[in-house]
Formats: sequence, structure tokens, C-alpha cells
Amino acid sequence: MARLEIRNLEKVYGNAFKAVHGINLDVADGEFMVLVGPSGCAKSTTLRMIAGLETISGGEVRIGGRVVNNLPPGKRGIAMVFQNYALYPHMKVRSNLSFGLRLQHKSKAEIEAATAEVARILEIEPLLDRLPKELSGGQAQRVALGRALIKKPEVFLFDEPLSNLDAKLRASMRVRITDLHKRLKAEGMSSTVVYVTHDQTEAMTMGDRICVMKEGRIMQVADPKTLYNEPANAFVAGFIGSPEMNLVDGALEGGSDPVFRIGGQAVRLGPQMGARLRPGARGDVTLGMRPQHLKPAADGLKGQIVNAEFMGHEVVVHLDIGRTRLVSVLSAAEYEGLDRSSGAISVAPDASAAHVFARDGGENISLAHAS
Amino acid sequence: MTMIATETAPVATTDTTAVDRRRAQISAMVRYTLLFGVGLLMLYPLIWLVGASFKTNNEIFGSIGFIPENPTLEGYRQGWETSTPYTFGRFFWNTFLIILPKTIFTAISCALVAYGFARFEFPGKKILFASLIATLLLPNVVTRIPQYILFRDLGWLDTYLPLWVPSAFAGDAFFVFMLVQFLRAIPRDMEEAARVDGANTFQTLIYIVVPLLMPALISVALFQFMWTMNDFLGPLIYISSVEKFPVSLALKLSIDTTEAFEWNRILAMSVLALLPALVVFFIAQKYFIEGISAGGVKG
Ligand SMILES: Nc1ncnc2c1ncn2[C@@H]1O[C@H](COP(=O)(O)OP(=O)(O)O)[C@@H](O)[C@H]1O
Ligand SMILES: [Mg+2]
Repeated sequence: MARLEIRNLEKVYGNAFKAVHGINLDVADGEFMVLVGPSGCAKSTTLRMIAGLETISGGEVRIGGRVVNNLPPGKRGIAMVFQNYALYPHMKVRSNLSFGLRLQHKSKAEIEAATAEVARILEIEPLLDRLPKELSGGQAQRVALGRALIKKPEVFLFDEPLSNLDAKLRASMRVRITDLHKRLKAEGMSSTVVYVTHDQTEAMTMGDRICVMKEGRIMQVADPKTLYNEPANAFVAGFIGSPEMNLVDGALEGGSDPVFRIGGQAVRLGPQMGARLRPGARGDVTLGMRPQHLKPAADGLKGQIVNAEFMGHEVVVHLDIGRTRLVSVLSAAEYEGLDRSSGAISVAPDASAAHVFARDGGENISLAHAS
Repeated sequence: MTMIATETAPVATTDTTAVDRRRAQISAMVRYTLLFGVGLLMLYPLIWLVGASFKTNNEIFGSIGFIPENPTLEGYRQGWETSTPYTFGRFFWNTFLIILPKTIFTAISCALVAYGFARFEFPGKKILFASLIATLLLPNVVTRIPQYILFRDLGWLDTYLPLWVPSAFAGDAFFVFMLVQFLRAIPRDMEEAARVDGANTFQTLIYIVVPLLMPALISVALFQFMWTMNDFLGPLIYISSVEKFPVSLALKLSIDTTEAFEWNRILAMSVLALLPALVVFFIAQKYFIEGISAGGVKG
């Protein structure tokens, strides 16, 4: 019903700065799509072009099959929730919610019914006669959400809606928004969402699919699991996951049983990795190993323990392996069981979960290329 | 002093605490006496004016005290009657006829122009804004004569049109500048939210920008009110028939026409002329101050 299609979308700002470099993205009807990336990667710019708040310099935005490039925001069938709520400060919550409907000259009864329903869903009934300045951050954000909901838009746009809230509230609002999305979907209402965030936890927990961006380009679009397990490139690998994936520059040698060399040390990656690797991929590469997949091993990479952060059930160990540092997450039991008398331990990656990236471009060259 | 007193209080004995408190009291007393004295000094001419308006004509120059010996309303009664066929009521009404359109149209036109400059990109914007600021720097006298000739050719002499029509076209660059600065400090998100809600540019202006701009608009209206009330040169140049005189000119009139100046009448009417501005100022004081401190907008 309300599919969102973005075709070769470009943005050049007035100062000739090219913020978006021809991106393509399809968001299915009812899909929760998260745009994630570091600050300044043009997430907001993209979202604002979808909304119509920013002119489109090139390409097309289609909502429900209709090209909306030249439509004003109010005619695109979208609703938007802003980071700092953007409630109208001189209007009561009730009027904030109904502003859009009043502009459409809806009947009084209709407006009242819609307001009451949205207020019930978001549990803001007691706040209806307050002014925005009399609301807490969480309440204000719920009102902002209500203002979007009441319009029954085809596409919901969110621009970092939770980043002004404290951690606890953020967690509960996260659940509230995903629940709301599921509910709309179950009721057969339009519920396509584009949600912008720089927070990977939000991205991973909320998105049906995630679009990772960097400097105005899309690095990968995939569901959270794929993104985590099969990152398309070193950027996505480093961006998703916490603590960050270890990305180590070294040399790849050997045939079907490849060996990764760094400094004077080496790790065997095993024949399974050999089969996954792109044919002929040898020489300078970057090896990616998640801290969770680096475990103590007798014939691994030896490193001096620099720091060990005790987190309760697990210990985050920082190792100095000469050229570079590694981070490994061990269970408390694993850590206690280690012989740490020399101050050094040896760790090896679970090769089945490791990735090899091309040194230039950072493309993942270990994604089952044999097939 | 007070700071030191409170900081040392916990360790000091009760005796020294009492001494410190005493010292703080004295210092406060000195400060307030000083401030009161200076304040009084600045206000004295005004107080004298009010006092003198109740004196007889002879007494006014007899003493510098401000309390009249035999308070009388003679100055007000005679001053109100004036030496012309019209009472001062007529002159107040004339002033009102100038102020009303001028203030209203200033607020409307300046809001429109400021909205344009602060929120839209259009060709030549930089040059236009620069010339707006340039008119701010231009001394008023420079434009007096060309303006006079223009209005004469339009046949507007001895009407109120030259006094308020320029303001209806955002002629007061200062106000436009003030509103632009105020608008720049207001985040655009609210307006963007309104556009997403389906408001067009004009609806956004009316329903969102104007309410947000209200404190600044009230300041603009107040300034315009007071300046117009006090404007002497404008009416002097363009208004020639006595029946059209505003208060500022009428005050001067009482000086011209009487040979022995009836100072008590002039002073009494001056007090009356002060009142509207004073009353309006105190009523709108809250918004006025919000308006001048333009940065104080909650995001
Ligand atoms: N109005 C503008 N004029 C020029 N450059 C801009 C403008 N707005 C944003 N940019 C630039 O475009 C890039 C993307 O910005 P933005 O979309 O806000 O990033 P994000 O939301 O991902 O943090 C940034 O480098 C930013 O500096
Ligand atoms: Mg942003």
C-alpha cells in the first residue's frame, strides 16, 4: 500500500557540498527501516528529502508508487517526529495533536474522536490540557508521537526521536514505538517506518531491516542478523556490534588452509575459511574478529594484558599484541581459569565467525564466495 | 561580605556569627541608600514636573521643591481648554489617529519582511538585507527633503499619510532587523512540523511564527507607540492646520501663542502627554522585556 522507493537520490547543498551521493533504497509496506550511521553521514538529509523539508537535487522519491519530488510535505502522506519534539509551544497538547486535522477542516466530532483515541493509545489523556513546557521529555516525545499518529500517514519518519531522553526512558520508548508499529501493522493500518538513529542498539533492536550509511552512501541494507553475521564491508563490521569488532591489518598466506600473519605472529584460519574466501584473495588484508569470538587458545596471538574490565558475568580484556591491540570478551569463568602469571595470554578467533576484508575499499572477501 | 559570613558560619562561634550578620546588614543598608539616592536624582526632573503641574504659575520658578504650597488644578483645566478652538482631547485623538495605523501596520509589515529574510532563500537576499541595514545607518535628516518633495507631489501634505504610510511598508529597518534577529534564535523545527502537518507558508506564519514572535512584536508595537507619541519633527513638517495637530505639536503651540508663557498649563499637559506611554509600558512590561532579550527562547 505505502511502499517507499528511493532512486538515485542526490543532495547538493547551497554551498555546493554534496551530502547524498545517489542512493537507492526500497522500504516495503509496513516495514520498519532504520537508517543508521555516524553523525554527519546524511541520515537527516535523506529523511528530510523524503519528508519534503529539503529539496531533492537528483533522483526520485516515490511513496505508494507516486513520485513525490515536487509535492509539499503536507501532501506526501508522511508524518514526522523530530529529535527535539518540535511541539508548538503556544498550544495545549490537545491543539498540538489536532493541528493537522484542523488545517484539513475536519469536523469537530471527528477531531475529538481522533484526539481521544491517540491520547488513549499513548496514555497522554491527563496531559491534554497542558502546555508543552509543562511536560517532561518522555511525555513531550509521546505527544510528538501522537501528533504523527493522528494523521494516519502512509509513512512515519523519525529523526533520532529518543536521543534527548535519558537511557532508561530511551529503553522504554524503544519498546513502546516497536509495539505501536506491530499494533498498527496487525490492524492493517499503514505502518511503513523510516527511523533515523546513530545508536546501533536502537537500530538492531527496532529495525526489520537496517540501512547503514557512511558519508552520504549506503554501505549495506540487511536485517539485523545478517548485518551482524555477514557485514558487507569493514565499515559495517566495525560500526555494528559492541565492543567494536577487532580489525587487524596483516597478510594472508597459504592455500586451502590459510594463515594470517601479523608482526611475528600467525593464526591459522582453517580450511573452512579457505573455502569461504574469494579465490586468489591473498596478501594484504584486514582480519575482522568480534571480541566475543576471541577465546583463549594455546597457539593463538600472544598479547600482554593492558586492562581487564570486570562487568559481572563477563570480562572485557584489552591485549597488546605488539603491532596493535585486541579486545576480547571472556566469561568470568574463562577469565578466572586463565594462567595470567606472566601477564600475557594467547587468544585465537573462532574462524567460522571471522571475516577477511580487502585492505583497500574494505569489502568483505570471505562471504562464501566459493558457492 | 554576605558570602564570607555564610561560609565561616559553621566554624565560628555564635558571637562572631552575630557580628557578621550585623556587618552584612549595614552593608546592605549602605548599598540600598546609595542606589535609592542615585535613582531619586535621576527621577527628580520627572517628579518636579508632576509637582509643578499642580503649582500656580508664580510658584513654579519660586522654588526648586516639588511639593506645591497651594495645590491647584488650574493648570490642567486651562491647559486642557487651550487657547485654540479645540480642547486637548482633540489633540490626543489626533495622536491616536496617527499611532493606531502606524503601530498596527508596522507590526504586520515588519513581521512579514522579517519572516522573509529569516526563513527563505531568494535571489538578491544578501544585497537586499544589506541595503536594509544601510538605511539603519543613514541619518534621518538626509532623507527629509526628498521625502517631503515626494509626499508633496503625492498631495499628502497636511494629512497623516506621510506619518504612517512608510511604516506600513516596513520602513522602520530597525524593527525588521530586531525581528529577524529574534526569528533566527527560534529553531525552525516547529515551522517544519507545521509544514508536515499540512500548513502552507502563510498558515505557518499565522499559526506558528506570529505566536512565537509575539513577545518581539509587542516590543515593536511599544517602541513604535512611544516614538510616535514623542515624535515632534514629523508632524511639524507635514501638519499645518491646528485642527490636525497631535499632542507633541499642541504642546509647542501653547508656548507659541501665549505671550507670557503659562508654564503651569504646559507642564500639566506634558504630564498628561506622558501618561499613555507610561501606562502602556507598565501593562506590557513583561512581554517587552522578553522581547528585548531575544536569546531567551526555549527550544
Ligand atoms: N543546510 C546545510 N548546508 C550545507 N551543508 C549541510 C546542511 N545541512 C547539513 N549539511 C551537511 O550535510 C552532511 C549531512 O548532514 P546530516 O544529514 O544532518 O547528517 P546526520 O543526520 O547523519 O548527522 C553533514 O556533513 C552536514 O555538515
Ligand atoms: Mg541528524
